[in-house]
Amino acid sequence: MIVSKLIRVTLFASLCIFFLTPSASVKAAGGVAVPAQEWSFNGVFGTFDRGELQRGFHVYKEVCAGCHSLNYIAFRNLVDLGFNEEEIKVIAKEYEVEDGPNNDGEMFTRTAMPSDVWPAPFPNDNAARAGNNGALPPDLSLMVDARVGGADYLYALLSGYHDAPEGQKVGDGMYYNAFYPGNQIAMPSPLSADGVEYGDGTKATINQQARDVSAFLAWATEPNMEERKRMGVKVLIFLLVMTGLFYVSKRRIWADVH
Amino acid sequence: MSEPKFNNSLVRWIDHRLPVFTFMHHEMHEYPTPKNLNYWWNFGSLAGIVLVIMIMSGIVLAMHYTAHVDHAFQSVERIMRDVNYGWLVRYIHANGASFFFIVVYIHIFRGLYYGSYKAPRELLWMLGVVILVLMMATAFMGYVLPWGQMSFWGATVITNLFSAIPLVGESIVTLLWGGFSVDNPTLNRFYALHYLLPFVIVGVVVLHIVALHRFGSNNPLGIDVRGNQDTISFHPYYTVKDAFGLGVFLVLLSAVVFFLPNSMGHPDNYIPANPMVTPAHIVPEWYFLPFYAILRAIPDKLFGVLAMFAAIGVLFILPWLDRSPVRSATFRPIYKVMFWVFLFDCVVLTWLGAKPAEGIYVLLSRLFTAYYFFHFLILLPVLSIFETPRALPRSIGKPILEGGGGAMAAAPAAPREKL
Amino acid sequence: MADTNEGTTRRDFIHVASATAGALGVACVAWPFIDQMNPAADTLALSTTEFDVSGVEEGMSVTIVWRGKPVFVRHRTEKEINEANAVKLDELPDPQIDSDRTTKPEMLVLLGVCTHLGCVPLGQSSTDPKGEWGGWFCPCHGSHYDTSGRIRKGPAPTNLAVPPYKYISDSVIKIG
Repeated sequence: MIVSKLIRVTLFASLCIFFLTPSASVKAAGGVAVPAQEWSFNGVFGTFDRGELQRGFHVYKEVCAGCHSLNYIAFRNLVDLGFNEEEIKVIAKEYEVEDGPNNDGEMFTRTAMPSDVWPAPFPNDNAARAGNNGALPPDLSLMVDARVGGADYLYALLSGYHDAPEGQKVGDGMYYNAFYPGNQIAMPSPLSADGVEYGDGTKATINQQARDVSAFLAWATEPNMEERKRMGVKVLIFLLVMTGLFYVSKRRIWADVH
Repeated sequence: MSEPKFNNSLVRWIDHRLPVFTFMHHEMHEYPTPKNLNYWWNFGSLAGIVLVIMIMSGIVLAMHYTAHVDHAFQSVERIMRDVNYGWLVRYIHANGASFFFIVVYIHIFRGLYYGSYKAPRELLWMLGVVILVLMMATAFMGYVLPWGQMSFWGATVITNLFSAIPLVGESIVTLLWGGFSVDNPTLNRFYALHYLLPFVIVGVVVLHIVALHRFGSNNPLGIDVRGNQDTISFHPYYTVKDAFGLGVFLVLLSAVVFFLPNSMGHPDNYIPANPMVTPAHIVPEWYFLPFYAILRAIPDKLFGVLAMFAAIGVLFILPWLDRSPVRSATFRPIYKVMFWVFLFDCVVLTWLGAKPAEGIYVLLSRLFTAYYFFHFLILLPVLSIFETPRALPRSIGKPILEGGGGAMAAAPAAPREKL
Repeated sequence: MADTNEGTTRRDFIHVASATAGALGVACVAWPFIDQMNPAADTLALSTTEFDVSGVEEGMSVTIVWRGKPVFVRHRTEKEINEANAVKLDELPDPQIDSDRTTKPEMLVLLGVCTHLGCVPLGQSSTDPKGEWGGWFCPCHGSHYDTSGRIRKGPAPTNLAVPPYKYISDSVIKIG
């Protein structure tokens, strides 16, 4: 009797959660169904694929970084991608950041250090708009959490540039994309086949690049996802054991209540 | 009442001067609790524990959060990325808020089903409604703090509700904002109040418990306890039962915190607030959706806002709307059915609140809003007159039905009785 | 009889196990709530500072920031170095020879935090009181430091600390 009640309570609670969970991956804001992809970071035990992340980082650096900032990622965070401290210093040295003021009160530029965040391509939003036909390229550090559909949506968008169907008017300086809300996006198709050259010899098709950079952005959105899931498994196992013990205790204490 | 004997001399010394141990002994061992409480009675103490979890995680977040429009979003991201276990604490706090409302809503519907609001527990019930209102205010202001798109536009829309008040509405909104739009002064005061209100809630919870302990818990049979044979001590019986319920709760909370941490949030809140662009679909947090549906159901600004506040306000006068002397729905064949209909109505309103205000959804919102008020204002008073309750058991210890007891009362209605 | 005893023991064991699990759970939860107060990753990442000492003229002192605290860099004169070396070790409350406190004798690098209760001693600017030994003087509780930053008089228990640093080129030091 108590067990059946317990089942009902659990069922009810899980129903609540199910009911309240927006069915995220089914439809993006554009109203078009976004096909679900297999990602190594899906699921309870999901982890990032370091090779995929490094390739995605390469695509970001070579293609996206020209217009899109990555404000919440610092060079030091690249350690998660499998780079060691020396490699990170070398990567950082390729970039200049503004610092200051120095003793003369002047701002100056210096080579970047691991503790610096990724340098933004434009000094401010207005400069970014001015350089991009009036459209603001959004910061990419939270893209996967900030878009309905997450990494699936980014992949669909980046690999989904096609000619507009008959009769669909596309505005000046706009491009047709079935997955973008309103189907017109100010960003021209950023990826081209063999537009980048991968260090590991992977063939740089558009789909491959789209996939790699989506995975990279999933990492950038939540760099400690792996820690979260690892801890979650341990916590749940512990809680299940603890709750089981509590249940047995409860049964014994209540055994003499009639 | 005899003085409890304590073996430890230090305990005796302290208790003589500050009778905390006597108080605890009284609450745990002497305070009589009906022995037939089912698992739906777990949610009261559970809500108290969730309140503690929320305050503790909230204080941690406050140590790292910056309440300034230029830094708020960034400081939240710093918590997520750089602060040790910051992501864990923030996910506990954000999802804990949703779970708090799940727990409290179940607690409220338990009260509705078993008539826990009836004499002599009217004030206990009303204090509970006060807690609900305070929780809503706290949750709303907390949602503004990350200063994402939903934070900003949620704050704008909800504060604008007050502009519906004739004559002084606009002035009140300006007062709430501290400016001519939602801006830095608004964020600062919301932060101050978000930190303050939980402690006000703690205060009202204390009153809620004082009122509870005046007459003790209601029970699934809804009849008064007759004597010692009907009761057991709170400890160890209900402490261990509550501990078990807490375990189940923590399993569910952890499952969401660790594996679906953003499932109850909205993606737009990971976009920094932009006062120039409203997101295409702005939706409040799920726990506000039924009230949001009621707001949108009325095609008039002032009356929409009034209806929304009335939806909560009507709970205050519930003890005087339902005049039936029988508490538990178990013995009220019609009310029992109507309870489930009302629950269904609330679930549908929640669903409608998330739908765009167009087409069939508008009509449905109006129907289900109308039913919401019909249930309280017409159905309950009329039922109190015309419904014939079933025979009540003489006592908790000796239910009138063989093999009955508390268990049967928990069963969801299988309405086999002919109305 | 034996039956009852066994039952009691097993019952007790379950309750002890439950209580232990609960206590363990609380203890485990406590750690993240405490550890969050430790320096965050971005704070730790900033814990080194580089500084070019070539701009510090002889006889001059410069204060730079490392981990949010002042670091004194003093380009000492010949006289100051000689004074620091002339002291007998047994006169010092915290005996330490001057050469152990510098990498290059003319360039003294010190954490500018009084070892008594954490005030910043005076002596960096030419107009500051420098104490009886011509080094630094802490105005909070009257500690005197010599030209090597060693405590000579007053309540401070130890010498001004030398932060971990090294020369990464002829003139640039990296602190931390």
